[in-house]
Amino acid sequence: MFQIRCPYCGPRDEPEFKYGGQAHVAYPADPEQLSDEEWTRFLFVRDNSRGRYAERWNHAAGCRRWFNVIRDTGTHEMVGSYRSGERPEDAR
Amino acid sequence: MLRGLAAMVSRAEPLAALEAKIAATTVDDTRLTTVPFLAQVGLRLDPDGPAAARLAAVLGSDLPGPNRAVAAGAHRVLWLGPDEWLVVAADGQEDSLVASLASAVGEDGGVIDLSSNRTGLELSGAFAREVLATCCTIDFHPRVFGPGQCVQTLIQKAGVLIDQRTDDTYLLLVRPSFAAYVAEWLLDGMLGLQADFSTR
Ligand SMILES: [Zn+2]
Repeated sequence: MFQIRCPYCGPRDEPEFKYGGQAHVAYPADPEQLSDEEWTRFLFVRDNSRGRYAERWNHAAGCRRWFNVIRDTGTHEMVGSYRSGERPEDAR
Repeated sequence: MLRGLAAMVSRAEPLAALEAKIAATTVDDTRLTTVPFLAQVGLRLDPDGPAAARLAAVLGSDLPGPNRAVAAGAHRVLWLGPDEWLVVAADGQEDSLVASLASAVGEDGGVIDLSSNRTGLELSGAFAREVLATCCTIDFHPRVFGPGQCVQTLIQKAGVLIDQRTDDTYLLLVRPSFAAYVAEWLLDGMLGLQADFSTR
């Protein structure tokens, strides 16, 4: 079982968390100007890379806050976590 | 419609149907006790903002930090998140508590009566920690957890807020509709421990 470090509560078991997909996907500055293809890309298309991946998690059964995690998609190593507004380099 | 609403407004103890089983199940001095109604008031505010100091004066204590609970006067304050706390007091205190907390917080945060949101289960006795360990993965060993700490976690599939009150007393706050599920898991843990004792 994963242990994930909530930046607010500390390390907890994975069933307390909900997965939120890739992190740092910026909301389009002017969504009405997007073509259907661009909008589809924003909504649904995500990186699927091997290695260190920044992703969002929600501590659903704990403090209910969203935060970011760096996870290695090849090994499942939980490299670190950081709060919304912090940078991936801040992960610990 | 109105008659239906009136029926919903009258209070029913969430665990009334399990009361006899709860009373009959013990492991030595370890037992479960229902605390059907508690005053519970939610606080949302910036801990570094202007409301925090005014609140501390009303509460008689600073707002606790992560995973901490403080007893202050007739109530306890539990940390729920970086800008969120729950004030717990005896049933009936909710209106006066909301009034005093709201006047302290003013426009710098939110105060809301959440008393109906959770019901209480008190687990106490020398084997309380062992009973919790049968259905909850949080480590309650005294080297890492003790009185004055609280945790929001899961008992199996149900969300629960656990406030350790003394060395061997835990107050569990659960949603009323999940209370029977949580109580049955705890009772099952107690029955398992009873079986362990009888074969020793
Ligand atoms: Zn958390």
